Amino acid sequence: MVVGLEVHCQLGTRTKLFCGCANDGFGMTANSRICPVCTGQPGVLPVLNKRAVELAFQAALALDCKLAATSIFARKNYFYPDLPKAYQISQYEEPFSQHGGLDTKLPDGSRKRVRIHRIHLEEDAGKLLHEIGSEELDYSLVDFNRSSVPLIEIVTEPDIRSSDEAYAYLTALKEVLQFVGVSRCDMEKGEMRCDANVSVMLAGSTKFGTRAEIKNVNSFKNVKDALEYEYRRQIEIIESGGTIKQETRLWDAVNMRTESMRSKEEAHDYRYFPDPDLVPLHADPVWVAKLKAALPELPEARRLRLASTFALSAYDAEVLTSEKTLSAYFDEAMSGRPKEFAKPLANLITTELLGRLNKEGKSIAESPVTPKMMASLVELTLNNTISSKGAKEVFAKAFETREDPKVLVEKLGLSQVLDEGQVKGWVSEALAANPQAAADLKSGKEAAAGRIVGAVMKLSKGKANPALVNKLIKEAVK
Amino acid sequence: MNHTEMTAVAIADAVASGKLSAVEVAKAHFERVRALEPKIKAFVTLLEEDAMKRAAAVDAKRARGEKLGRLAGVPVALKDNILLEGVETTCSSKILKGYRAAYDATVVERMKAEDAVFIGKTNLDEFAMGSSTENSAFFKTANPWDTDRVPGGSSGGSAAAVAARMAPLALGSDTGGSIRQPASFCGVVGLKPTYGLVSRFGLIAFASSLDQIGPFARTTEDAALLLSVIGGHDARDTTSSLKTPGEALAGLKGQIKGLRIGLPKEYFIKGTDAEVEGAVLAAVETLKKLGAVVKDVSLPHSSYAVGSYYIVAPSEASSNLARFDGIRYGLSSPESKSLEEVYEATRGAGFGPEVKRRIMLGTYALSSGYYDAYYGKAQRVRTLIARDFDDVFREVDVLATPTAPTAAFKFGEKVDDPLAMYLSDVFTIPSNMAGNASISIPCGLTRLGLPIGLQLIGPAFSEGTLLRAAGALENASPFPKLNG
Ligand SMILES: [Zn+2]
Repeated sequence: MVVGLEVHCQLGTRTKLFCGCANDGFGMTANSRICPVCTGQPGVLPVLNKRAVELAFQAALALDCKLAATSIFARKNYFYPDLPKAYQISQYEEPFSQHGGLDTKLPDGSRKRVRIHRIHLEEDAGKLLHEIGSEELDYSLVDFNRSSVPLIEIVTEPDIRSSDEAYAYLTALKEVLQFVGVSRCDMEKGEMRCDANVSVMLAGSTKFGTRAEIKNVNSFKNVKDALEYEYRRQIEIIESGGTIKQETRLWDAVNMRTESMRSKEEAHDYRYFPDPDLVPLHADPVWVAKLKAALPELPEARRLRLASTFALSAYDAEVLTSEKTLSAYFDEAMSGRPKEFAKPLANLITTELLGRLNKEGKSIAESPVTPKMMASLVELTLNNTISSKGAKEVFAKAFETREDPKVLVEKLGLSQVLDEGQVKGWVSEALAANPQAAADLKSGKEAAAGRIVGAVMKLSKGKANPALVNKLIKEAVK
Repeated sequence: MNHTEMTAVAIADAVASGKLSAVEVAKAHFERVRALEPKIKAFVTLLEEDAMKRAAAVDAKRARGEKLGRLAGVPVALKDNILLEGVETTCSSKILKGYRAAYDATVVERMKAEDAVFIGKTNLDEFAMGSSTENSAFFKTANPWDTDRVPGGSSGGSAAAVAARMAPLALGSDTGGSIRQPASFCGVVGLKPTYGLVSRFGLIAFASSLDQIGPFARTTEDAALLLSVIGGHDARDTTSSLKTPGEALAGLKGQIKGLRIGLPKEYFIKGTDAEVEGAVLAAVETLKKLGAVVKDVSLPHSSYAVGSYYIVAPSEASSNLARFDGIRYGLSSPESKSLEEVYEATRGAGFGPEVKRRIMLGTYALSSGYYDAYYGKAQRVRTLIARDFDDVFREVDVLATPTAPTAAFKFGEKVDDPLAMYLSDVFTIPSNMAGNASISIPCGLTRLGLPIGLQLIGPAFSEGTLLRAAGALENASPFPKLNG
């Protein structure tokens, strides 16, 4: 299986690509986010959204692409009711970036670089509605809320060799784009859409087969299913002596199959030409350098860093990178703290915090325990003010009351007793009250220590520092 | 003095100082419109009610003691491809009949801010495609100098309205000569500004890389006034220049002593009417007497201008006019059974033959497999044409040429011969292809009493120099005045 993917991704700008309309029209009243420009009224002109260019450039930089010094917007001409100008402003011969790649972790744990052929910037079309609620119409309505929303199209080289690889690539791509803040990539809202070019190649061969373009694949699982289906379809044709036609096929997610949409001969002639309404886009090196400097650390690099500098487990590093908000939570709690903080902090987050949030159905952003509170909780354990058991108790309380852990330690009376004299007293008392265990201990039966420790803890109401108790018991029976 | 004889500068002064009311000025112009319009038919839409309201508002503003704008109470006609909010804007096409503008063009906004009074929308060749205004889907406009003749085009309505003194000022648009050629035919001043000096926002696009809005006036001073109002950067038009109209108009005042004028040999050729050439050379002689230095020059790629223009302009038009699809506004065909039928019926019935011809030309030129041979090559020729001008403007300051090979021709004379019609723009097209500044001013009359136009072409943003030279000629021998 030889696959190249074309992913359309909606940029998270405040306004549309060529006009001032809000870029938040999904789910809003139809045609409530429109103006003369994005509905193609006569006489209007497009004005390029600077923020969209910034995000597009950042996406390209994060995907290791080269930015073109100059890129050109082109008109892609075709008639359709959802396309108000009857052309889409896109980039054709001179896209803003090319020649990148994304390191993708495959299911077997190995890594593969999927090369990126090009990324270009373009506007979205509107949307046709064929029903109102459940009522089917014998005409169609057009909603232009989505018209001129900024998109980038990310086109890979034909580097993908299985549906699992495609899935892994899409997962990695989504993660990077979300991390950089380019897009929310919410597929349900159509913020990330995928077309796939599929062909088959004989094992060991270097000659590519004829490809089919599969459109309308709108979830990662659909991509997997569509590729598997298309692969089988092409193999069957070849094995029965047929030839593959170059064509565009549509994925039917209900019937789990692809259907021919148009052949190569029926393909549109889009009559691309440079849009005379827009000047060439120059990538000013100073500006690009600034955008590059502003890029956040990418997920893969972050995982490696967390594991190496903080000695976190691969699992913890993974969890603390999986979501941008969680990453930010960890980073905020760590800020200005020494390295030793990382491990207990990671433990508290992955076990206590995530467990509790999960149970309550809350997101990180909604956590009542702030990163600052979490850091102070770690501090209390590291300086032995509370035990790890105590930390769990404080956390649980703080989650409910939002109170400062330091205050809670006092309130709950959880601070440990570190005073040697006091602990010594409890140890003597415990030894006196348990003569058999004391004798056993003295004769070298170390297992008896547990009973003495238990007795000390009982006497101290659990507040005696365990390490100190152990040390003093050993001294007492020497 | 009748108010319709006044220049825009004089009207604005008189209204601003309270010597004259804007309402009186508007009334006088509408009286003239009523007298002449049945014969001339310059207007697609007359805005008498709106204009009287606006004029009254200008007077009220003055009564409140507020300072009035630079076009205080000046009646202005707008070519009907420029958007005036709430007013029908048709491009003289059936496909836009009934379409009301949803917003003001930037030029309109700027004129409103200077207290101009819009009196109507003028007729044009459908979508500005033509050189005689005969391609209007609604009616033909007559040349006020001879009503059996065309006013030129495509801005024929605006040129005729100004020539007939139905308005002292009008706006037109010039893609290949659509301001200068009708100005020449109607004996008025027509200026095509440098590409980018005037915002195209709100101008219904014909060929985006060539279109420029510009003024019609009866004096060079009035043309300069209107340009100073409409020019300048507009954030809504990315192709608009950062230059101010003041910068472009630098050098407007003063003498022309030492001004270097070039006569490009490619513009004095067989096929140009002898009377036209004679009048142009006589005007150059006058400039010489005033101290200009005249020199023969050459623009070697001029002969390729018309051919490459008829690739570039239709290509862009085929894309620009695709939005008129019967889906959102304008003409539509409710009986159609399928989407294809909607498109076919709407565009089939909505566009006239010349528009269809150019859409087909452009669609073909952009087709896959032909793009390089046509559009690509035409753009390369365009670069050569621009380089010719760059070279020649190292030797001279302005070029003097005929605006058109002939004076106004009769109705029907060329309308069935597209090639002959296309050639009437042979001298004006190169300036659009290069994006520089050019102007047409009257320089005499033929034996039949028809105006002849002199074209001056200058480098980008040399409008001040062009108007200074034009003004010198105007002072030396006043422009011929239409009687009646
Ligand atoms: Zn909009």
